[in-house]
Amino acid sequence: MTAWFITPVALVLALTACGSAPDADQTGAVPTLPKQNETLLPPMKIAKPVGWGSTLPTVPAGFSITPVATDLKIPRQMLVLPNGDILVAEGTGGNESVLRPKDLIAGYIKSLGKSGTKGGNRITLLRDTNGDGRADVRTVFIDGLDAPYGLAFVDGSLYIANQGALLRFAYRDGETRITTPGVLVTLLPSRVNHHWTKSLAASADGTKLYVGIGSNSNITERGMEVEEDRARIWEIDRASGAHRVYATGLRNPTALAINPQTNALWAVSNERDELGARLVPDYLTSIRPGGFYGWPYSYWGQNVDPRVHPQNPTMVAKAIAPDYGLGSHVAALGVTFVTGAGLGNGYAQGVFVGEHGSWNRQDLAGYKVVWIPFAGGKPSGKPRDFVTGFINAQGQARGRPVGVLFDARTGALLVADDLSNTVWRIAPTATR
Amino acid sequence: MTETQSRLYLRPLHPLYGILLAFPIALFSTGLASDIAYLKTAEMQWSNFASWAIAGALVFSAPIVAWAALGLVWHRRPRAMLYFGLIAVMWIAGLINAFQHSHDAWSSVGTLGLLLSILTTVLALVASWIAFSLGRSREIVR
Repeated sequence: MTAWFITPVALVLALTACGSAPDADQTGAVPTLPKQNETLLPPMKIAKPVGWGSTLPTVPAGFSITPVATDLKIPRQMLVLPNGDILVAEGTGGNESVLRPKDLIAGYIKSLGKSGTKGGNRITLLRDTNGDGRADVRTVFIDGLDAPYGLAFVDGSLYIANQGALLRFAYRDGETRITTPGVLVTLLPSRVNHHWTKSLAASADGTKLYVGIGSNSNITERGMEVEEDRARIWEIDRASGAHRVYATGLRNPTALAINPQTNALWAVSNERDELGARLVPDYLTSIRPGGFYGWPYSYWGQNVDPRVHPQNPTMVAKAIAPDYGLGSHVAALGVTFVTGAGLGNGYAQGVFVGEHGSWNRQDLAGYKVVWIPFAGGKPSGKPRDFVTGFINAQGQARGRPVGVLFDARTGALLVADDLSNTVWRIAPTATR
Repeated sequence: MTETQSRLYLRPLHPLYGILLAFPIALFSTGLASDIAYLKTAEMQWSNFASWAIAGALVFSAPIVAWAALGLVWHRRPRAMLYFGLIAVMWIAGLINAFQHSHDAWSSVGTLGLLLSILTTVLALVASWIAFSLGRSREIVR
């Protein structure tokens, strides 16, 4: 009898949760922003993980794709050492507690779309000695880390951003394992760590390190106090370890990169959920020193988020609209500029962006690597799909891209896939 | 001449039923108080308390709704029907309120959340009043 009553309720809820707006273009400098639509239940769709089997990701004609390594333990971001060895950060972080029933349920639902593998908390080294694109030497390069994510290499030192600390390791050319513990450069904000990934990039001159620190909530639902030092980018003096706040209001700056044309810092950042299936677009942007990018008070400039209380019109007025929309809920987790001739064939100036894929909309978005052409140091066109096939015909997930890295040494693109635990390498067929 | 006399015997509620009824009364009203505290302070923890209180009320009142539905099978008396209607509406309003409270930050309560908290508290009280006054009534033919 209860079920008899609940069924119509569930039906009504399901109907209200459906996104019905016609699709709008949310990429580029001026993404279409529909009205906010807070439904009783947020639209959700999780792509069931199935793995690649015998298939490979799809790449454009003229390119081939090879698995550099498989069976990793949640690969996230990568780095190419001067000798061509590839380092892969593997791990899972976060130490947030359950504050309300929703945390239990949402955590369970999102876990359905992830790999069951436990994060490695380590760096794996991959070396391809015969040039076939596959690693024939593979070692655990550094073990015993705490959710490592961002990687940088400056002047003989390797920098690793754990979820709570930035560490430095001395590196000797050709090493395949480092056992001496890292030197603490600086502690990083780690309370709660709802968005735990600490992205990392070194300035062009190597004197500064930038660390992206995500917010501790979707939209301050864990209280304002835990957001004190979050949703920002730090600039760290490499020599002293001292830091200053470089930019704020970035909800989750998951990957940082230096633009080789302008030497400016760029970031991809993931925007807030539960304002609708088509809000808010994740973005790619140059980072203005001292800039405020809206979170939590507003998005894409002055669009006020009603969920923040008290509101702050002064900060809303200051909020900078990002440079380039990537689409709502695509979950951009990787960005890399190409240098030199890039990947050739029209991929000589621009960025690749790894889109991990959505959960907060009915139609899956992201689950691919896109190319965004640049001219004069700025985006100059629409994103083009570069690596696809992460979702199969049945809507299941074969993989989910995270970090992307242009390997200037061999003119190839590396893509970390944290669902199939693979690092992929895409290279022009002709240059083989 | 035989006389058929219909008499209503009032027996107290089953102890377990009475205990279960205490949960929606206590927890929906806790949710309401927490909602008011949240709207006055914007302190997230009050909204979190309300979320747990509403979830707890739903868990413990679900058997009551089922029990009341079964009761209807035995005797379709108007007051039993009314009681079932009230307790069922309370539960559904509570479920909607649980979803409302799963919204983030200031959206977790709002006008709808507050109204639903008031509604569920009032319905829990009224329905319980009726339940206790109905007792486990039996029509016995003598």
